[in-house]
Amino acid sequence: MIEANRFKTVITSEHRLLDLHLKETLQYRDLIFLYVKRNFIATYKQTILGPAWAIIQPLLTTIVFTVIFGSLARLTTADVAGDYVLPGFLFYMSGNICWSYFSDTLQKTSATFIANRNTLGKVYFPRLVMPVSTSISDLISFGIQFGIFTIFWLYFLIRGGTSIVLSARLLLIPLVILQMMILSVGCGIIISSVTTKYRDLNMLVGFGIQLWHYGTPLAYGLQLVPKRWMYLYMLNPVTPIITTFRYAVFGFGYFDLHYYLLGWIVSLALFYIGLIMFSRIERTFMDTV
Amino acid sequence: MEDVMIKIDHISKQYRLGQIGGTTLRAELQRLGARMRGQEDPTRKIGAREYKDGETFLALDDVSLEVKKGERVGIIGHNGAGKSTLLKLISRITAPTSGQIGLNGRVASMLEVGTGFHKELTGRENIYMSGAILGMTKKEIDAKIENIIEFSEVRQFIDTPVKRYSSGMYVKLAFSVAAHLDSEIMIMDEVLAVGDMAFQKKCLEKMSDVSREDGRTILYVSHNMNTIRQLCDRVVVLDHGHIVFDGGVAEGIDVYMGSVDVTQYPTSYSLAELPRAKHHGKEIFTEAFCFPACDSAEFFSGDDLTFELTLSSQITRDDIKCLLKIKDRQNVSTFASCLSEGFCVSSGSKQTVRFRMNTQGLVPDQYCIGIEIVQFNAAGSCYSFDNPPVMIPLVIKKSEDESLKWDSKNWGSIRLSELHVLSREIV
Repeated sequence: MIEANRFKTVITSEHRLLDLHLKETLQYRDLIFLYVKRNFIATYKQTILGPAWAIIQPLLTTIVFTVIFGSLARLTTADVAGDYVLPGFLFYMSGNICWSYFSDTLQKTSATFIANRNTLGKVYFPRLVMPVSTSISDLISFGIQFGIFTIFWLYFLIRGGTSIVLSARLLLIPLVILQMMILSVGCGIIISSVTTKYRDLNMLVGFGIQLWHYGTPLAYGLQLVPKRWMYLYMLNPVTPIITTFRYAVFGFGYFDLHYYLLGWIVSLALFYIGLIMFSRIERTFMDTV
Repeated sequence: MEDVMIKIDHISKQYRLGQIGGTTLRAELQRLGARMRGQEDPTRKIGAREYKDGETFLALDDVSLEVKKGERVGIIGHNGAGKSTLLKLISRITAPTSGQIGLNGRVASMLEVGTGFHKELTGRENIYMSGAILGMTKKEIDAKIENIIEFSEVRQFIDTPVKRYSSGMYVKLAFSVAAHLDSEIMIMDEVLAVGDMAFQKKCLEKMSDVSREDGRTILYVSHNMNTIRQLCDRVVVLDHGHIVFDGGVAEGIDVYMGSVDVTQYPTSYSLAELPRAKHHGKEIFTEAFCFPACDSAEFFSGDDLTFELTLSSQITRDDIKCLLKIKDRQNVSTFASCLSEGFCVSSGSKQTVRFRMNTQGLVPDQYCIGIEIVQFNAAGSCYSFDNPPVMIPLVIKKSEDESLKWDSKNWGSIRLSELHVLSREIV
């Protein structure tokens, strides 16, 4: 038998359910930030436009949305009833930047084990370092996109003629971003834990994200959702993130404390389940991946 | 007892044979459903053997080991003996199936050169990346980066992306990071098998130094016995998941090479049944080999060694020669090979040829011999008639009047004739 008090580290075959390696992950924060830096450099090295690429994609999507859903399909862009004036361009862009963060992070973290098996199979560090650093590096692109959004937002604010107001609701933005990170990492590590064994879900991720997009008020305002389905609709934890973000930046919109808290509960629950599954799988995933 | 750095306690690692789980979720669900209904597995191929619970593979089977501070342990064994699995368990890449491992200190595992390197990053950035992956903090790397660059010999290119590096430079940089880790336990899997000879030597010296000076513990897996000899002071031999030897380096290597198993030295061999390569044995065929007039192939050093070959021939030639190839314990060949003087063969005949060789030059040890029937043409190149695929073990024993203890590890297996003192002058 190994006397636990005589050794600094004891490796056993048993796994305690709530042993999540969170403290250990924190000790590796230098590695997290090096990974963030690496991801950033590796993505934009040898590109002429560099980080500008982060802007182009949501900008183009927003223009396409403005033309198709705004001008052609004429879907409402109102989250709440009332005489609010909001340029469609700003409405679509606000949703798109949040969504692109969420879907990018989800997609990348869900591939954690499979994409990094070469490194993970050769050296030990808390595996959680990988999804955490992914979520932070995506935050950089989000920051750039948010900057561009701010320019348009300022333009409309100064030009006037819209209902956009500067308000203390802006303080909600950090909370929204935090929830966005927790939710995307949570979903991502759940999928990554399952895909070490079953690659099916890998196929499903791309398709699933696309479907999820339609279940989220990105191309249309919340007004379009029938009231009696609202409770079901709000189970999608991305919805309160998007609507709260719009509520914060525009100063008006949809905000329901119950649904907002429900969104947090769902996000945290998914994150926690993800952590448990992840720490279970990380011990032996090399044997099955 | 404070100095036990690694304690491995009845560790086993089990792998399932065949495919792990289902390939798809659907197959797994079908299998689960069938099991619940008590039917047979519907995803199994017809006729394929079912993998029952018992049909698993133990890569490591109840292995226990203790390593103390400052020990440099070489782990050797054939492919599939469980060496890498053991290192993976200690470095926490995968969890054991049963048993426990206690570690006293940080573990730096180098199971591969350049773990965590990214080709787009510069050498300097990669030092930070790789160092952090191996468990260093940024502050520690800051303090050591100059030493690392110096050791790597690639200072000139340190701010160039590593994708532009030659593979040698890449390896040197990668190893330098690992060699400067501060961890108490270092785990290496064949990583020294790269780089040029000079750098390999430098690495081995560096590893020995850190072990001696800072009391680091080293676990080193390699198939290269020379590096094991240079670096390690203890050897563990694994075979099919068991530890079969734990002790001194020289003995461990002998156990691994399998050469100590020979206890019998038969005197006669029938070579007629052995398959020959290519044209061998068509014109002249070696039917049998024997050491006449002895019970066992054991000879005293300095004695004459006599052996007989039974040859059948389809051609008529004179000046046929017998080539005797002697290999030593480590299976190092051609350190001694002897040619007989020519003899003749005639078509359709069968003959027994007896040879004699003096064993004067061979130091007491165990050897293997192989024979080949050859002829040389006028240009001096060799044509081989027969080369039976057999290695015949024999042992040379120390003769009674010999008092000198020959140190074959350092002096080699051949003893040439004595040196003569020509003159002596006092200056």
